[in-house]
Amino acid sequence: MQEREPVFNRPTVLFLGVLCVCSAAVAASNLMFPEGSALHLSIYTVTLLGKYLTYALLAVSVDLIWGYLGILSLGHAAFFGLGGYAMGMYLMRQIGARGVYGNPVLPDFMVFLNWKELPWFWHGMDSFPFAMLMVLLIPALLAFIFGWFAFSSRVKGVYLSIVTQALTYALMLAFFRNEMGFGGNNGLTDFKDLLGFSLQSDGMRVILFSASALALAGGFLLCRCIVTSKLGRVCTAIRDAEDRTRFLGYKVERVKVFVFTVSAVLAGIAGALYVPQVGIINPGEFSPLNSIELVIWVAIGGRGTLVGAVVGALLVNYGKTYFTAVLPEVWLFALGALFVLVTMFLPRGVIGLFKRGKEATS
Amino acid sequence: MALPRRTYGPKDWLQWLSPVPNPDLVTRSGALLYMEDVTVSFDGFKAIDKLNFYVDDGELRCVIGPNGAGKSTMMDIITGKTRPDKGSVFYGQRLDLLKMSEPEIAQAGIGRKFQKPSVFETQSVFHNLELAMAGSKKVLPTLKAKLKGEDRDRISEVLEIIGLEEECWRDAGSLSHGQKQWLEIGMLLMQRPKLLLIDEPVAGMTHQEMNRTGELVTSLAGKHSVVVVEHDMDFVRSIARKVTVLHQGSVLAEGTMDQIQHDPRVVEVYLGEAAC
Repeated sequence: MQEREPVFNRPTVLFLGVLCVCSAAVAASNLMFPEGSALHLSIYTVTLLGKYLTYALLAVSVDLIWGYLGILSLGHAAFFGLGGYAMGMYLMRQIGARGVYGNPVLPDFMVFLNWKELPWFWHGMDSFPFAMLMVLLIPALLAFIFGWFAFSSRVKGVYLSIVTQALTYALMLAFFRNEMGFGGNNGLTDFKDLLGFSLQSDGMRVILFSASALALAGGFLLCRCIVTSKLGRVCTAIRDAEDRTRFLGYKVERVKVFVFTVSAVLAGIAGALYVPQVGIINPGEFSPLNSIELVIWVAIGGRGTLVGAVVGALLVNYGKTYFTAVLPEVWLFALGALFVLVTMFLPRGVIGLFKRGKEATS
Repeated sequence: MALPRRTYGPKDWLQWLSPVPNPDLVTRSGALLYMEDVTVSFDGFKAIDKLNFYVDDGELRCVIGPNGAGKSTMMDIITGKTRPDKGSVFYGQRLDLLKMSEPEIAQAGIGRKFQKPSVFETQSVFHNLELAMAGSKKVLPTLKAKLKGEDRDRISEVLEIIGLEEECWRDAGSLSHGQKQWLEIGMLLMQRPKLLLIDEPVAGMTHQEMNRTGELVTSLAGKHSVVVVEHDMDFVRSIARKVTVLHQGSVLAEGTMDQIQHDPRVVEVYLGEAAC
């Protein structure tokens, strides 16, 4: 036992090491070995893995608020979607005159809707730095405002979960509307390039994969720094005995708003990296179902561990890819069964298995 | 420099977000807490009815009364959890508790121990005390907070007072009921409060634990003002110097344990069975 838990404890070092080695290996196997070689990974696989990594970052962001602060957000995909839309807007503007209608300024869907001018919120999105700023700022702003109102009126527990669910549902309905100016039902797609490099090129895909791995490592470390600080212990204190923490003089609401905002920014970054890899963002990303699935990843991996969130996201998504290809009709049942089994037999998730093993041997 | 200096930082425009600066607590007349003419009703039921209650600096006060007499509501009002409909509550002569939020009241030096032991079960005794430590409770300073030598001294001092040195690194969840109660009192002490409000400290304790709690509470009086709400008459008798009896939301009697026990009104409403 010690006064301070170090940021780099064994699971963290192990996780970062494995992440580094595996990502480097994946990138190398695609770039250095020719197609047909046994060691070659197809670009499809690389992109798929990149997508998983963005999901893992999203799961980490949920674990930060759920596992440590006890806020069960059932609308976290909203921030993921917003980050994704900000990135999508930049990518749309990058298409320029190469769209179907060849309009140099207006994206295709606006021409189709007979719009003459770019809506005000699309201005500036052709600049990469500005768009990236929006990727961070928009989820942060929404989380801050939402958190400020929700937490200072002391909405918590299941009520908060329902409100977050409503938030993401409202966003979904809003983004479905053509008048919103985000492409309605179809969302944003048909992206051509990023920073002048084709999104279809292998090089770009490997770069996006690596960026996702880096973002995951960075986000993970940031969360680790927060949870090992005194603030992290205040978070667990709030989770376990909120009133007690308040009577100790901590401004519980502000702690919640702060951590919730950090978490939303991480989710936004994950969304921004997700969109160029899958090539589309549409209002379906805001679907409440996504947010619920996301919570299940964290629960299966083991909440309150950060590593568990990553493991859960990777396992479940791999399972999803595998099952939806082999037995599409059983996937949802399998996911449900998995969730029930984990809740019943592994309350601390998959990571809990290792911890229990360690405690038994020591 | 004779005058206190205020330093203005770049975040001054955020002043409205930070707690009200705490003027020095003035207790010249000797009283630390004033509650005057306080009334609270819940759906027409008057939980507190024109209550007048004063606590002197350094005093140990026991508050007794039958269920529903308004003891817990009184604590809630002092700590800012419940707002009275009428009346005034002052801490010292200057601090109006009715204008302060719960964290501000806690920061101003009023600590409360709940009826049910509420400690942070997944954290060690040491960390429980560390979290309770007086100091900045704002978000960013907390994020960057480092433990200093003097903080460690303060923590071990309190560990000694509450007698949990051996349990320092155990998870608070694994402590016995009595130990949790002491830990919570220790957490209050970490905040260096002037006024300690202790709600039923010995409920569910063994006799030995009760004696130790009695010693602990009496040792705190003097340095701190202590208000104990308790049902257990043996315990109250063993520690009490001055006792206040609440009944139907107002003070029925006040005095030493002997005076109280022989007050016919008190005997009627509360001590009835106990005195026989």
